[in-house]
Amino acid sequence: MDLKIKQKIKQVKKGDQSAFEDIVACYQDKVYQICFRLIGNTHEAEDLAQEAFIRAYVNIQSYDDKRKFSTWLFRIATNVTIDRIRKKKPDFYLDAEVKGTDGLTMYSQLAEEQPLPEEELESLELQSYIQQQIMSLPTKYRTVVALRFVDELSLAEISEILDIPIATVKTRVYRGREALRKKLRDV
Amino acid sequence: MNCRKDMIYLMHKYLDEELTLQEEKHLRLHLQQCEDCQKYFHELTRTDTLIRSTSVMQPSSDFTQNVMANLPQEKRRWGYMRWFKAHPALTAAAIFFILMFGSIFSIWDQPGQLSVSNDQDVVIKDGKVIVPEGVTIEGDLVVKNVDLQIDGSVNGNVTLINGEHLMASAGNISGEIEQVNQVFEWMWYHMKKFSKSIIDWAN
Ligand SMILES: [Zn+2]
Repeated sequence: MDLKIKQKIKQVKKGDQSAFEDIVACYQDKVYQICFRLIGNTHEAEDLAQEAFIRAYVNIQSYDDKRKFSTWLFRIATNVTIDRIRKKKPDFYLDAEVKGTDGLTMYSQLAEEQPLPEEELESLELQSYIQQQIMSLPTKYRTVVALRFVDELSLAEISEILDIPIATVKTRVYRGREALRKKLRDV
Repeated sequence: MNCRKDMIYLMHKYLDEELTLQEEKHLRLHLQQCEDCQKYFHELTRTDTLIRSTSVMQPSSDFTQNVMANLPQEKRRWGYMRWFKAHPALTAAAIFFILMFGSIFSIWDQPGQLSVSNDQDVVIKDGKVIVPEGVTIEGDLVVKNVDLQIDGSVNGNVTLINGEHLMASAGNISGEIEQVNQVFEWMWYHMKKFSKSIIDWAN
């Protein structure tokens, strides 16, 4: 982490609120992207990203500066967003395991392909199509996909952010990627 | 085909940068020979590329401002420290006026001189000023260089300069209590008073 940010965090911990501004500016894109990936619409993503930063500010004393700040911050962002999803769809997919322990079963179930328009998609349409496919993943797969591709986080970091074993992260990235491969191979 | 499952696993490992050198060699050799796996590998790599290509959105341009505006209020001390820093000229001018009118440093420098703005009803005992139980002080109370214990009540604001407010039983202050313990705070206190008197005067 950059030295300047480290310094700013120290200042915020001492009570200097204005030092938080540079922290927000530095991480806002990543935090926003994580939220967007998970929630799927820009308005809510903005709202959630804001909430994540406010929570980070309020709880700044609990951040241990020996650890990576982004890990701590992304964890807050992920939790805030997953909470929101849970509230919206209390009994839908979050922990629903797809039947069959075999990875292949899992992604063949996910792979109901939607027909794609023949014409080349405009870049914007393509983006929204890709996001739509990501949104169709169960939350736990979507979460690892969001973290893996937003900031090129390593599997170890993702495991720390989500507080799950690294082997589980691996499996989820693998399955998420397989599901998306099927959905995106004709794009 | 038999190669598939193992190879797919290696492909994922490759994309997650988890391959050992040996595995990488193994995968590469296999891809050179097996067209099916090549196709599969291409699809997977492309999937990653497509997902990455959409990670470019940004929040609105006033995002940072919005966050800052929604933070809970900070502790007071930082507010004026920053104000001093941000307005050096104004601070200097204000200090100049204060020195002219109020000579704050001479007041500040007198060490240890205890003073109480309203000394008729208070008791001074054991190095502290006590507002005894049952006593009500009408108006503001300013206490300097001594600790204050309020057992009775004060019908106004309390300002404590260089002293502690000793929390006691049922002490009661109708206004605000303000503690001024450092030279900066002392200056701030005077600057606030000073600007208020200018505003009053202007009105
Ligand atoms: Zn093969």
